[in-house]
Amino acid sequence: MDWINVIVQGTLLGGLYTLIAAGLSLIFGVMRLVNIAHGDLIVLAAYLGLTAATVLGINPLVTLIVAIPAMAGIGYVLQRVVLNRTLGEDILPPLLTTFGISVILQNGLLEVYSADPQKMNAGALEAASFDVAGLTLGLLPVITFAVAVAVIAGLQWVFYRTALGRAFRATSDNQEIAQLMGLNKAHVFGLAMALSLVVTAIAGIFLGIRTSFDPSIGPGRLIFGFEAVIIGGLGNLWGTLAGGVILGVAQAVGAQINPGWQVLAGHVVFLVVLAVRPNGLFPRMNG
Amino acid sequence: MPDPILQISALDARYGDFQALYGVDLTLGEGEVMAIIGANGAGKSTLLRSIAGLMANGPDQIVYRGRPIGALRADQIAGLGIALVPEGRQLFPSLSVEENLLIGGRVKRDGPWSLAAVYDLFPVLKDRRAQPSTSLSGGQQQMVAIGRALMANPDLILFDEISLGLAPIIIRSIYDALPGIVAGGMSAIIVEQDIAKALSVSSRVYCLQEGRVSLEGASCTVSREEISRAYFGIA
Repeated sequence: MDWINVIVQGTLLGGLYTLIAAGLSLIFGVMRLVNIAHGDLIVLAAYLGLTAATVLGINPLVTLIVAIPAMAGIGYVLQRVVLNRTLGEDILPPLLTTFGISVILQNGLLEVYSADPQKMNAGALEAASFDVAGLTLGLLPVITFAVAVAVIAGLQWVFYRTALGRAFRATSDNQEIAQLMGLNKAHVFGLAMALSLVVTAIAGIFLGIRTSFDPSIGPGRLIFGFEAVIIGGLGNLWGTLAGGVILGVAQAVGAQINPGWQVLAGHVVFLVVLAVRPNGLFPRMNG
Repeated sequence: MPDPILQISALDARYGDFQALYGVDLTLGEGEVMAIIGANGAGKSTLLRSIAGLMANGPDQIVYRGRPIGALRADQIAGLGIALVPEGRQLFPSLSVEENLLIGGRVKRDGPWSLAAVYDLFPVLKDRRAQPSTSLSGGQQQMVAIGRALMANPDLILFDEISLGLAPIIIRSIYDALPGIVAGGMSAIIVEQDIAKALSVSSRVYCLQEGRVSLEGASCTVSREEISRAYFGIA
């Protein structure tokens, strides 16, 4: 029963990793941009949530109604004003630019919020749990996982069932021909980054309720996001969910064997997948 | 000659250090079908790319219905009613046949072309609409590329090498569809290697040679000698 419990808890943890990874996967899929600042944007969203919860006196989960539009706006402006200028044949300029944004965000947050670890207080929700078939499941991890599945399903729907998704895929396939269809590349990329940061907002709020955070933790979360994306296969949204779950289960199993092995076990599984299946487990982007 | 829909004057175009067009002048009348011929590398595709907005030009070098469009972006030009059927089809591989057509229609101009009209023109596409565009034969892909351009209901359509790499029977069926396409008054520029085909569907012909216009005339009156001189530059 212990091991079943470990796997179930790991799966639920994978929900959080999926939320962290989904925005990365989306942006890479649409514009081949590797966003080094993604982890720090998640932390920024967590601080936005914290501030909204404190100022407005609302439950952290409710701050999503503030954080989501705010992060979407930041994403669109960031893409139009900064990142679009860096995109081209060379992949280095966007990498360096997002790295710079990461440094700026960390130091900006440090300046405003100090280095003290913060945590959002979701009240009774944090400790609530229920029993299913002999397992005790935390309500918050279950909600997180359900939201992760819903986010992936929602992104999948946008990509394969809407005109916006068609524009994303066409621009990803061939930017020049997409422009002949009347698509303004700069605007399409802006919308893609806005959508990515909507997911980032959700990830940041759930992260901030689950664990304490400070301005420096972004890059550490980014690694888990990258690993989930690579394990699942680049540009495959359901694969990203699978990657997140595999990473979560690996960490939970590692922690069960020896508490010090939690993070290491995740990295080892990632390296094994990279060695055996360099394109990830589910590399194709198909609806 | 009818009022010009497109007026190109002293158009230069370059790729980095390489200059592809030198002072090209060209006038296209409303509703006219023009052929552009010339050897490989003569600048035919570059000329179409310039009109479609994929090259950076001076604003007044290309004037469309009295409006300077040389400096506009490709997506703005598409909205004004100019559509390009690019060389080598260039369908979107992650989109199905129908999605390729739908994205062509996203500029939402009024006109006769719709999914149903394209399926009427090329019935084979209707049976394959849910398939990935990459699963079609070359000829069927060309039909999708033409349909995708028509979905925008353009006033001016540019065809770049429609017969390149296709079987003769397919080429014939595509050319058979052309009169129906331009019958509604759509203007067209057809870039083509097959000179006989180009002359048969057009009213006027331009020949490019090494980035310059080497011949201009009515398609029915130009002689073979004039064309080979303009084509190869032999005196």
